[in-house]
Amino acid sequence: MAANSFHDALFKFVTRAFAFLVFSLLAAIMVSLLYGSQETLLKYGLSFLWTNEWDPVQSEFGALVPVIGTLLTSLVALAIAIPVSFGIAMFLTELAPAWLRRPVGTAIEMLAAIPSIIYGMWGLFVFVPFFQEYVQPGLIAALSPLPYVGVLFSGAPFGIGIFTAGLILSIMITPFIAAVMRDVFELVPPMLKESAYGLGGSTWEVMWKIVLPFTRSGVIGGVMLGLGRALGETMAVTFVIGNAFQMPNSIFSPGNSIASALANEFNEAGGMQKSALIELGLILFLITTVVLALAKMMLMRMDRAEGKKS
Amino acid sequence: MIKRALIQLSSGVVLGMAALTAQATDITGAGATFPFPVYAKWAADYKAASGNAVNYQSIGSGGGIQQITAKTVDFGATDDPMSGEQLDKLGLMQFPAVIGGTVAVVNIEGVKPGQLKLTGPVLADIFLGKLKKWDEAPIQALNPDVKLPAADIIVVHRSDGSGTTFGWTNYLTKVSADWKDKVGEGKAVKWPAGQGGKGNEGVAAYVKQLKNSIGYVEYAYAKQNDLAWTQLKNQAGSFVQPEQASFAAAAANAKWDSAPGMGVVLTEQPGAASWPVTSATFIVLYKDQVKPENGRTTVGFFDWAFEKGAKTAADMEYVPLPKEVTDKIRAAWHAELKADGKPLLK
Repeated sequence: MAANSFHDALFKFVTRAFAFLVFSLLAAIMVSLLYGSQETLLKYGLSFLWTNEWDPVQSEFGALVPVIGTLLTSLVALAIAIPVSFGIAMFLTELAPAWLRRPVGTAIEMLAAIPSIIYGMWGLFVFVPFFQEYVQPGLIAALSPLPYVGVLFSGAPFGIGIFTAGLILSIMITPFIAAVMRDVFELVPPMLKESAYGLGGSTWEVMWKIVLPFTRSGVIGGVMLGLGRALGETMAVTFVIGNAFQMPNSIFSPGNSIASALANEFNEAGGMQKSALIELGLILFLITTVVLALAKMMLMRMDRAEGKKS
Repeated sequence: MIKRALIQLSSGVVLGMAALTAQATDITGAGATFPFPVYAKWAADYKAASGNAVNYQSIGSGGGIQQITAKTVDFGATDDPMSGEQLDKLGLMQFPAVIGGTVAVVNIEGVKPGQLKLTGPVLADIFLGKLKKWDEAPIQALNPDVKLPAADIIVVHRSDGSGTTFGWTNYLTKVSADWKDKVGEGKAVKWPAGQGGKGNEGVAAYVKQLKNSIGYVEYAYAKQNDLAWTQLKNQAGSFVQPEQASFAAAAANAKWDSAPGMGVVLTEQPGAASWPVTSATFIVLYKDQVKPENGRTTVGFFDWAFEKGAKTAADMEYVPLPKEVTDKIRAAWHAELKADGKPLLK
């Protein structure tokens, strides 16, 4: 008996130590980021965030361009990936014949296993020339005359740029979002769906009004997983974003993201530039934390609203 | 011929025997990425010849200087030379190890390698974004025989910090006052125009894919990727092709004694045959060697590389140092390197 309770205590202690390890790691990362970026933190303070300047020769730095690039590419990626993933998950759970579900599902999971550098190289060597030659001129001609939003799509067709980076990212995160969506859609009790069908609902109505509300938290979790990957993705983005520290004036212009700026410049950076790069890392860390926190808060509020309704 | 082969053979045998008898010493170096391929090849060949292993980590020039300052490595390597002041403060000696050339490459329909002619100021205006179309007068005037398109120039530069960029911007700073004022020189700069590719391979890939683009890469990459490099007008006023001979001419015409530690940046050197964007990469090590055996092996490695590694370097599109320069380096080793207050080398 004594041996047993000792084992239990030991077990509890060890598992707790592992759990707290996560906290201490997070704290250690935070501290080393703050320590590494103290030079720029002290020099610029918060204005670092909205300064549009990146001049290693004059040693003047600001985070505006890479922050905007990071957010814009992730936004483009989500705008493409969410509807596509929803379609994939809906097809796999509701519409596909049973013999097709497994192969298609496996194929999507395999997309998730491809290393990001492969996407980057494929993007640069295969997709970019095709896009520049055949797709982009058409898109620019068709969309740039539109009022208000037209300016977003203007510019010269370089092939590379923020939109291309977002598109490659969307291909990378679609399997994550689709896999999570499929898994949670399958958890919906058949009774609920059958009742809805029995009342004469179409497949679309059942999906939109029964399945989606039921699985909301899971779906948002999947989207956040994808967003997390999009925000931090480095190599694939570096290949196709254009790596220019210039304010993008349309979604086709070259830009920069935080992760690719780090990958590009860290090797040969020193002094102020290194400090600025570490502060960029800190900002990325904070952006992902804020995004996760917002997602959690959104879920909590939805749950509360649900409680009121019934 | 036969006699020389015999001498080489016998010296190989002697070296091999020496390796068997002597205790092998392993040394470590770290720094610049640009010479990494040739250092790695030299290290492998040197290991086979002497038994001593040279472990070189290409962590970047800045990292190389940090590591040697912290005394964690036996030698550091850097693409932009340290100043005499820095060297004296830390008690380091510096010498060049190998030379490379940087070339402008273009992707214009119908323009073949070595066909387009450019001058430094025109190149600077292109990279400043002041010249926007290929058929503008300053470019067309240099190339009356070439049909240039009325298309936008797409500028491609390095997105990562690199010695190649240092050499390139150092050259543009020397030839254009405008560039000097607005951008300046460095391993990474604030580019006024264009987009960035990561590494030589990234720039080469962008230039290959984007029509009407111009970029700059190490000569080896231009050659391997069949990119259309341009001629450049040098300080003496003649147009030269980038090739081993013109890189070597720049190295031979440079005044190596003009900077402490032979820290000469080889851009815009005099001489009718000199390629204007040539650059050397440097090695730094402590004058006072705490571990004499490691110091002797480090020096022995580069001594061997200057002698036996020259052909390897040339095969890999680097340029071996001219003999006058290696003689100077050897003299500096004997004069400056010490262990326990005595000369390191006999």
